[in-house]
Amino acid sequence: MPEEVIRIEGLFKDYDTPAGPFPALKDVNLAIRPGEFVAIMGPSGSGKSTFMNILGCLDRPTQGRYVLAGRDIASLDKDETAALRNRTIGFVFQGFNLLPRMNLADNVSLPLVYAGVGHEERRARAQAMLDKVGLGGYANSLPSRISGGQQQRVAIARALVNRPGLILADEPTGNLDSHTGEEIMGVFNALNDEGITIVLITHEADIAAHARRQVRFFDGRIVHDAPTQQHRQPTSAASRRPPLQREGGRGEGQPSC
Amino acid sequence: MLGAMLHEAWRAMGANRLRTLLTMLGMVIGVGAVVLMMAIGQGAQYAVQQTISSMGSNVFVVLSGFTSPGGVRSGSGSAPTLTVADANAIAELDGVETVAPVHWGSVQMVHGANNWNAWVHGTVPAYFDARSWPIADGATFTDSDLRAATRVALVGRTVAQNLFGDENPVGKTFRIGQAPFTVLGMLAPKGQNLEGRDQDDIVVMPLTTAQRKVFGTPFQGSVRQILVKASSPEAMPVVEKSMEALLRQRHRLREGAENDFTLRNLTAVADTAAETTRVMSLLLGAIASVSLLVGGIGIMNIMLVSVTERTREIGIRMAIGARERDILAQFLLEAIIISVIGCAIGLILGVGGALLANQLARMTVVVSGSSVLAAFGVAAGVGVFFGFYPARKAARLDPIEALRYQ
Ligand SMILES: Nc1ncnc2c1ncn2[C@@H]1O[C@H](COP(=O)(O)OP(=O)(O)O)[C@@H](O)[C@H]1O
Ligand SMILES: [Mg+2]
Repeated sequence: MPEEVIRIEGLFKDYDTPAGPFPALKDVNLAIRPGEFVAIMGPSGSGKSTFMNILGCLDRPTQGRYVLAGRDIASLDKDETAALRNRTIGFVFQGFNLLPRMNLADNVSLPLVYAGVGHEERRARAQAMLDKVGLGGYANSLPSRISGGQQQRVAIARALVNRPGLILADEPTGNLDSHTGEEIMGVFNALNDEGITIVLITHEADIAAHARRQVRFFDGRIVHDAPTQQHRQPTSAASRRPPLQREGGRGEGQPSC
Repeated sequence: MLGAMLHEAWRAMGANRLRTLLTMLGMVIGVGAVVLMMAIGQGAQYAVQQTISSMGSNVFVVLSGFTSPGGVRSGSGSAPTLTVADANAIAELDGVETVAPVHWGSVQMVHGANNWNAWVHGTVPAYFDARSWPIADGATFTDSDLRAATRVALVGRTVAQNLFGDENPVGKTFRIGQAPFTVLGMLAPKGQNLEGRDQDDIVVMPLTTAQRKVFGTPFQGSVRQILVKASSPEAMPVVEKSMEALLRQRHRLREGAENDFTLRNLTAVADTAAETTRVMSLLLGAIASVSLLVGGIGIMNIMLVSVTERTREIGIRMAIGARERDILAQFLLEAIIISVIGCAIGLILGVGGALLANQLARMTVVVSGSSVLAAFGVAAGVGVFFGFYPARKAARLDPIEALRYQ
């Protein structure tokens, strides 16, 4: 395992706009080691999502170096970055982004389809992941049948199913009430305890407090990077219950949008 | 992977069942039309080929009578300008294999309680060779029958059925007026000729018998037509020229005077007919193909709508590791499934329609394995061709834009 999962040096990102190039990221430098739990914070428009898209190989920097799991992204073609997204990274989105026509098991096993895993194994691993996030009994339900918090658990199960070392989450609790948000954070804490690296965007201090390190963006630059001051231990009220085994009840969060 | 993709394509199609069915309907109609039209066109070609092979090869027909410069025959075959002597003279020409003078007319005949009106051809034994007409049962008449003008005849299938019913006519007799005729043999069935006339509604007898005992022709030795068979297809142009020169000379036609006979090259007529049906079936196929094209455009239209509707889904798939070719394959597969299922249904309807045309309209139809294969090939091709652009559009989407799409 390389010493760093993520190494970013002198990273710039300009967006082409009718008014000329717009610099969304300016000289960003960051290194993240395996097993870290990093919260990316900052006001709206500060470049958090832009940064996350580059971390996730969905977008490429205008300038600068990005090395993910020992591989320089600039040297990879589209298929290779797709393979990275499939095997090395697990995405969790604010809007859950489950496919509405597929049942939960199929949603969770979708990354395995693109990894070329056979039907039987897909089914088994999807079921195992659903069990892990406490939704094993809902394998054949459609996403619309479960609550928002449950949908986000399914999305986490999907992100985990291909055993990535890195989870990228862009405001994963943004669509959830604070209680359900705390539960989701409990899930992330448990995953981090298993050794999975987590990078999570949030603008809520409460949520960020679950992370062990906080990085703050402002106007496209990193203005703060330090360990969390008042770290909320996994043994705190919200996550004392074993979050990964708990069966989520109906109506625990807001319905999906 | 393919199993999962088929499953997903099926689910995507099921999500908007009516739209999928309507899109499919375009293919159903297109393929159905192509299959039906090909069946009818190939049927027509087949029928013409049957007729052509029934006409005998390398055959000229010389008809008595004038031809106006515009090609309109005035009473050809009726004015008695050709003679047996003409026929004998033609037989001497280079490249001529056989010659059969024919005198004919419509005659009423009786057997027991059965009455029937049929064409009587009075001719010589070479007639059967010239027309490539085998005898199904019994024997032909001979030169001695010709010399003696015996009352013998061969009957075509239609005549046999109408006069003798299910009985075998060979050895039986029928009457023309009061005179009894013995049936020597039965001709093999030939079916319709190019003009659609039943060639089996015929009685063939010695020329002399027909002239003296049936028609009572005023000019002994005159005939209505002469069948001339050339020795090879290559000999036909030469035979045609020398025959025309010979007849003009024998009929003492002055320079510039019109022929008092008409020369018809049956092979040329047949070729024209074959070419006509070929063009017709091509045209039918072309017209039907247009509906296939419209069906294909329908698929493209719906696939484009589907790509737009599923932009976000495409973004999600890309984020979790779908490569461009995975997205391309997904949409292409959907287009191909729609067109192939549509094709299968269209095929069933097209073949059903062809059988119906055969049953109800007595049309000759030919549904060949190759046309079925071609239909499937074309359907898959249409799916790929019209599905490719939308599928590529999907595959080329920017994942971030797609994820942001509402
Ligand atoms: N596709 C784009 N084209 C042009 N400008 C963009 C685009 N995406 C984001 N931006 C701009 O870049 C800046 C950073 O955006 P973003 O990374 O989404 O911020 P955050 O996630 O922190 O709210 C904002 O000013 C935003 O308007
Ligand atoms: Mg954002």
